Amino acid sequence: MSAKKPTIAIADYGIGNLGSLANAFAYNGADVLVTSRGADLVAADGMVLPGNGAFGACKQAMDKLSISRWIGQRVSGGRPVLGLCVGHQVLFDDSTEFGSHEGMGEWPGTVEKLKAATVPHLGWNTIRPAQNSTIFAGLENERFYFAHSYAVLEWNFDQGIEVMEPPHVSWSNHGGDFIAAVENGPLTGIQFHPELSGYAGLQLLNNWLGTL
Amino acid sequence: MSTVIRVIPCLDVNNGRVVKGVNFENLRDAGDPAELAHRYNNAGADEITFLDVTATTEQRDTTYELVNSTAKEVFIPLTVGGGIRSVEHVDQLLRNGADKVSISSAAVSNPDLLNEISNTWGAQVLVLSLDAQANPAMPSGYEVMIKGGKEGTGMDAIAWVQEAEERGVGEILINSIDADGTRDGFDVDMIKAVRAAVSVPLIASGGAGEPSHFPPAIEAGAQAVLAASLFHYGPDDMIGQVKDAIEAAGFTVRR
Repeated sequence: MSAKKPTIAIADYGIGNLGSLANAFAYNGADVLVTSRGADLVAADGMVLPGNGAFGACKQAMDKLSISRWIGQRVSGGRPVLGLCVGHQVLFDDSTEFGSHEGMGEWPGTVEKLKAATVPHLGWNTIRPAQNSTIFAGLENERFYFAHSYAVLEWNFDQGIEVMEPPHVSWSNHGGDFIAAVENGPLTGIQFHPELSGYAGLQLLNNWLGTL
Repeated sequence: MSTVIRVIPCLDVNNGRVVKGVNFENLRDAGDPAELAHRYNNAGADEITFLDVTATTEQRDTTYELVNSTAKEVFIPLTVGGGIRSVEHVDQLLRNGADKVSISSAAVSNPDLLNEISNTWGAQVLVLSLDAQANPAMPSGYEVMIKGGKEGTGMDAIAWVQEAEERGVGEILINSIDADGTRDGFDVDMIKAVRAAVSVPLIASGGAGEPSHFPPAIEAGAQAVLAASLFHYGPDDMIGQVKDAIEAAGFTVRR
């Protein structure tokens, strides 16, 4: 990272643990802005899309702020966006939580209920990081904090599509495998909460800040 | 379960200071919440709970500023309870660094609050704090208590946790008023009774006096264990000692 503090814009659409996220990025030396203004979300070095709770309610609130448009503008310019928890889920095609809801379709896949005896999946779990993962560098054996009932259970990306670099997909398991994180050029999605995962989580966010 | 048993220090906060009393009476000073939170974050706590113990009795809202300064020291989940009566309170707490909210008395007088919070932020943000004590007059033998355990409600505790689960709570914090502050061990029978009635994760609270008290609470069905004075007044490595005891009993912990 350069000497200048990176600027991070956290999207404020009314639902999310905004205070904790801001604290975690501030801890890592970022200049943090919690904002609902599109211009601010596009201008920052990094944009973070938080999310708590129901997919449909979150997506509807995001749509009111044209969040997918700002993400599109950033990604087409190769500028990093990080989606967390429901902010990660909305990057996929759709969700079956409380009916059927359309996502942003950045990646193929459906957000489905975890096939486990106990949901929510709540607590500290391990991950199987993708080879060449940037965000999990040095953190392969750490546990991270999960708090969700839904996830994407299959990765259907057509690896035949010619891309600069195929997406890196990391997995976790709770009553079956599910996608824990996707790193796809400037677009990163994480199902768990790095901001609540102690020093391992802070290091993961620092790894992401290193890509800005 | 693929997740580990969570060990949770609890900060009972009164007028800006962490306090601890026996059976919720005679509050005694234990330090600054932000300082203690920092210490526990570094000592391997898996979560921290911040309960504004005087909020309900004195009819005042939780001090957002205090939560804000405490949250800056915590990079693990921070649950805040005490005096939360509306979704606006929840929104303010999440903006100030809380990750979950714990509702007790307010849910008893206004159960719809549980639905409102869960529908907005999801079940994983909502903890039902059950203050209960043995009462043979109740069908299950346990009565829901309010006002910090000082007042009975005439409600059956087991019927109440089932209703709360249907209304969308993601976790239940079981606090036995009978065991709280005694340091004689958790109320294992109460944990078993709640475990048999609901499927959400349970946090056992009340009565921990030494590391060996923790495994029985987990065997009774708790996914997380919470204590206050044991950590405040015990040696600095008490969280590690508790995790050693849990691990020795055959459960997994985070290291």
